[in-house]
Amino acid sequence: MFELFAQTESAGFTQYLLTGLVMGSLYALIALGYTMVYGIIELINFAHGDLFMLGSFLAWQLAQQVGVTTAAANGSAAIAATILLMLLVTPLACASLNVAVDRVVYKPLRNAPKLAPLVSAIGVSFVFMCIGQFWGGASKVKFPNLIPSDNLLDGTGLQFSWKDAMVIGVTLPTMIALTVFVRYTAMGKAMRATAQNPTAAQLMGINADRVIAVTFAIGGALAGVAAVVNGFYNESVEYQMGFQNGLYAFTAAVLGGIGNIPGAVLGGLVLGVVGELGKAYLGTEWSEVLIFGILIVILLFRPTGLLGARTREKV
Amino acid sequence: MDRRKFLTATAGGTGALLLGGCGKKGGNVLKIASSLPRTGSAQGQTDTIVNGIKMAIEEYGGEIAGMKLQHQDMDDATAAQGQWDAAKEADNAREATADKDVMVFIGPYNSGAAKVSMPLLNEAGLLQISPAATWPGLTRKVPGEEKSGEPEIYRKSGKIHFCRVCPTDAIQGPLTAVFLGKELKAKTVYILDDKELYGAGIAGLFKKKCESPEVGIKVLGHQSIIATQANFKTLMKQIAELKPDAVYFGGTTQSGGPQIAIDMKNEPGLKDCPLIVPDGCYEDAFITGAGADTLNGRVYATIGGKDPSQLTGAGAEFVKKYKEKFKKDPEAYAAYGYEAAKVFLEAVKKVGKKDREELRKAVVETKDFTAGVLGKWGFDANGDTTLQVLTISKIENGKFNPVKTQE
Repeated sequence: MFELFAQTESAGFTQYLLTGLVMGSLYALIALGYTMVYGIIELINFAHGDLFMLGSFLAWQLAQQVGVTTAAANGSAAIAATILLMLLVTPLACASLNVAVDRVVYKPLRNAPKLAPLVSAIGVSFVFMCIGQFWGGASKVKFPNLIPSDNLLDGTGLQFSWKDAMVIGVTLPTMIALTVFVRYTAMGKAMRATAQNPTAAQLMGINADRVIAVTFAIGGALAGVAAVVNGFYNESVEYQMGFQNGLYAFTAAVLGGIGNIPGAVLGGLVLGVVGELGKAYLGTEWSEVLIFGILIVILLFRPTGLLGARTREKV
Repeated sequence: MDRRKFLTATAGGTGALLLGGCGKKGGNVLKIASSLPRTGSAQGQTDTIVNGIKMAIEEYGGEIAGMKLQHQDMDDATAAQGQWDAAKEADNAREATADKDVMVFIGPYNSGAAKVSMPLLNEAGLLQISPAATWPGLTRKVPGEEKSGEPEIYRKSGKIHFCRVCPTDAIQGPLTAVFLGKELKAKTVYILDDKELYGAGIAGLFKKKCESPEVGIKVLGHQSIIATQANFKTLMKQIAELKPDAVYFGGTTQSGGPQIAIDMKNEPGLKDCPLIVPDGCYEDAFITGAGADTLNGRVYATIGGKDPSQLTGAGAEFVKKYKEKFKKDPEAYAAYGYEAAKVFLEAVKKVGKKDREELRKAVVETKDFTAGVLGKWGFDANGDTTLQVLTISKIENGKFNPVKTQE
């Protein structure tokens, strides 16, 4: 452990920071789904991580169906088309599924005590997990390796591959688009209004059911995007991956202040960077202790999360 | 299903129940219980073990000395865990000991699980044969691990009830180090493990041998991983800076093997560096999990014993029959599942009755056993097989290709 500490000084720190930011933006994408749903109906959607897992299997299945599974055997046009197809179909499917689950499972419980839909969400999470196991089997499944891992920053001592570039290249515009949507469109305004005060929003003529449906759709779509990006980045899909990723994303959302959109992004990035630096300087096995230790400390001093103070009525 | 049983039950009524019906009721059923991770990603490997057990039972026409042979296929894994679960393994052990018809407990697959079931079965005096648990401490003292109290903690009754048909990691770990130095000409190695009894154990044995003067490979570092982490990219970057000649991972397909192979491939400094994994990864699930092209020509897997393709005589015959019956190639542990059942059934033939103690003795004292498919072997005083072979396979074109057998 201490031996390592001495050896990782070269390009080390910047490198781990970079990897951390890439991992963090992945967490952020999933965390947005948690935080948006919580912001509107105060439900911690525990099935969100498993929705992400189902999205990963769908993306994998798409590649199998199209027949583009290796970079070597296919032209770059075919590969680009496959990636685009995945990025189109997966978010769409995840959004529909999320909305459908809300309709069937959560909507009847809208006025029930808060714990009822929470327990239902845990139930949905297990159902999704079993579907995943049935779909892809119990073993890890190899996600097609279509994006090269050549270094784009050769000569600088840093590594930043096409894979890293893709994560940033997809997540950054997605987050910007989301911010623009929530800030400047009528629907976005309605969402913010509902989050602030559902009763008042409804009195002003906002259709709360529609707002909730749109929220679930956007959250699901983001999970779908994250699923595709994560698949290319980590190259493996497994029916259990939803739990771990969901836990991280949920933590990111709480860290940033649950219900707060920029907070989820910030929380995700902090989590990613802290996690990678922890792996590098404390050893892989201690990184989780570090992450959750920091979470506890931050919540002690800022119980509403890093940016959570703005939505005080949410606690 | 059994007319006599039906009659006794109805005619005797409560009387039969009160008069300790257990012994009478199932008088002619002999159960072979197996406890293996049947859910989760070890399923491919355990399917093949169960197939081996079934083939052995069928060879006797399902009956020995008037006793109907019945296989009870127990699962020690849960869907939530995706691999073996200590509580489940303990339940299985209790269920087997409580059932008076169960005469043998075949399993478990994981050494960690063996730690749970062994004391329970020992107390009950029920014979246990593992086809795959390879941690040496289960049967004998491991130098440097005296504090653990192994193996006495598993033998409260003072008798040996546990034996295994697979060679232990005491052979696998050190011989792998020898192979790495002699055949791959490695001077340095980086070691990873999964923190489990099996993975950390074999990594430790491997490390010790590497550092011994006769092998003399420099260990650049040793870290434990957390299997559930999404990737090990940062770890690989650190390892790449040390420029090792090879990387060793002590662990299984379920505890991170495929992801390590993938992340090594994506790390420019390690993409051609050999990776060596033990028998916990010697299964098709490892190859499908990591992708055949990720592993091609760079990854080596070791197994105590032989690859199915190397079996000769009765072994080759077994492989042929297996293919005909299940329309699939047997995986590495198929022959060990078969052998475990076979050595027990031969003992049943000899003893001729349902007596746990006599059967235990007959199996544990097996010497020069040739009725199976692995060649001539026996159990030593600790319950370990006298078979001492290690096979190292290179993964090429999605197949395990034996490159070296060390004895």
